Amino acid sequence: MTTILPLSGWGRYPIVDCPVNFPGSPDAARALVAQLPDSIARGNGRSYGDASLNCAATLDLKRLDRMLAFDPESGTMTCEGGVMLSDLIDAMLPRGWFPPVTPGTKFVTIGGMIASDVHGKNHHGSGSFCDSVAWLDLDTGEGRARRCSATENTDLFAATCGGMGLTGIIVRAAFRMLRVETSMVRQKTIHAPDLAAAMALFEQTSDWTYAVAWIDCLARGSALGRSVLLLGEHATLAELDPERRSTPLHRPKRRVKRVPVDFPGFALSRPIVKLFNRSYYAAQRAGERLVDLDPYFYPLDALLDWNRIYGRGGFVQYQCVLPLATSAVGIRALLEEVSAAGNASFLAVLKRMGPQSFGILSFPLEGYTLALDFPATPASLALVERLDAITAAHGGRVYLAKDACMTAERFAASYPRAPDFRAVLDRIGTRRAFSSSLSRRLEI
Amino acid sequence: MIAFPVLILGARSDIGRALARAYAARGATVILAGRGDLTDDCSDLMLRTGGNASTVAFDVTDGAPDAFFQSLGTVPGTIVLVAGLLGDQAKSAADDAAAALVMETNYTGAARYLLAGARVMQGTANACIIGISSVAGDRGRGSNYIYGSAKAGLTAFLSGLRNAHAKTGLHVMTVKPGFVRTQMTAGMKLAPPLTASPEQVADAILRAHEKHRDVLYVLGRWRLVMTIIAAIPESIFKKLSL
Repeated sequence: MTTILPLSGWGRYPIVDCPVNFPGSPDAARALVAQLPDSIARGNGRSYGDASLNCAATLDLKRLDRMLAFDPESGTMTCEGGVMLSDLIDAMLPRGWFPPVTPGTKFVTIGGMIASDVHGKNHHGSGSFCDSVAWLDLDTGEGRARRCSATENTDLFAATCGGMGLTGIIVRAAFRMLRVETSMVRQKTIHAPDLAAAMALFEQTSDWTYAVAWIDCLARGSALGRSVLLLGEHATLAELDPERRSTPLHRPKRRVKRVPVDFPGFALSRPIVKLFNRSYYAAQRAGERLVDLDPYFYPLDALLDWNRIYGRGGFVQYQCVLPLATSAVGIRALLEEVSAAGNASFLAVLKRMGPQSFGILSFPLEGYTLALDFPATPASLALVERLDAITAAHGGRVYLAKDACMTAERFAASYPRAPDFRAVLDRIGTRRAFSSSLSRRLEI
Repeated sequence: MIAFPVLILGARSDIGRALARAYAARGATVILAGRGDLTDDCSDLMLRTGGNASTVAFDVTDGAPDAFFQSLGTVPGTIVLVAGLLGDQAKSAADDAAAALVMETNYTGAARYLLAGARVMQGTANACIIGISSVAGDRGRGSNYIYGSAKAGLTAFLSGLRNAHAKTGLHVMTVKPGFVRTQMTAGMKLAPPLTASPEQVADAILRAHEKHRDVLYVLGRWRLVMTIIAAIPESIFKKLSL
């Protein structure tokens, strides 16, 4: 049974009417995929743009959410693709296990994490999520699932990791988790007065497991790139206050708030964001302290529906990565463009990334990644187009899980392995079986 | 007080799964009863909560409730009957076998299993039987009266069972979920203010269970809607397309 629903990604731009199916079991999903000539899987809809939308058929797989097995010897979790990361953390953190790589929200599914080959604040040392995936079962619509791993169906594995759901449905996956002693993070905060200082700090602190910088992207001139670096390590038992040591894995219940209405446009006008940025920069105390894991990894998850802050028109997130050699010049050029345009971006994040992963369409690249978001206005879309040009000129690329704007030409130029991706699908004969608004726009 | 173990009759359904998770999260040992293989659901429960769960084969239409309860090897503290079949009204009206299956699933089978359950639970402290009935049983409507009449039977059965056991310590609760977004209703146009998620239904049932409620409308608005529908004189009602 199908329902036509207006769907969008987290950015609420674009919105597309899609016939949606909600299979309740892997068998139901298998029957659907075998029968539909063209479909795309959708998890929790947290990719920002149009990756989880297909106006021919969209499969909502949130009901395929069973955790199947956990091996404490190797730390390997086996679960269905629709399992939410938040549920996984709720189940496993009390036993001392944490996902090896986590994006900035825990409201994503494991299937979505694999399809986007998500990265976290530890990419420079731990790689992306798919580096921890032992195997996955992919339903390509032939009535059975294919086991894909580093030793089995290897090319399909490499195409699926970061493949934006275009190879089929990730029914099941097994991945290694990380042992942690506590539910706290030892956080070190360092202020960087400008971009050069921030990048120098990233290079000096690469032995920290987690590192991320928040940038005030409205700062100009000599303060361009003014940022706050947040470094982190999972706190050890010995680092906890004595009174916390008896319950080291306890997580305080977080007060979750909702955004009740779509904000009006002026809420994010330049003066207001400028004020916010200035006070945020000043409010971050330098030095080391222990913080709870949730606010450290998922600051925005405490504010449900935060995408409504950008108003009814939605927003676009722009995240690109530039190779190490061009990062210093390129990130500066991007920030100058943003700062000159005056488009307010609350959330600007800079991160050092480690080497490229095996995923054919995986985003990460050794260098620096910058993430910004803007309300989806004509002026912002024009700005994004200019940012795309700067990214391309510096040999970088845009994250498909966040993109809603890139052109097919830019995609072809910045993802040079796209022909290999198509070759894998041609070989198994499922080239047109899975598509999305994103894949059509980018002619993947 | 919630008495363990909790037996979920119809654990494969979306509401059944949500209920199993909610009870397990409360520390209950859960027995999943349903058709087909439930091992994955069982593993999921144990991984999510670190608690205990088991599975048992169950078909509400198999006609052998006493044997089923004997095979359990334990006496449930709580039984939640979730199994139900909406069927297709036009098909049920045209085809005797289809109508019989809807009636058997929603009423005769369900009532026989709960009777057998009530017999084995006799004397169990804090024992509770929870039956998922439907607002469709509040008044027969042209669009779903075969399903509706079977649910009306179940509602009357639960009310009688509650009355009969008021002094024995067995509590009986009737649940009328209203519209729920599940596989059963996939593809239907459901009014959002009257539609609950399976997780909402499960939470409401747990809260009502703890408070010993007799009849639960998951969304309070349904009580009002059904009161109005029940108040329409039959001479007018029969001409409405409902």
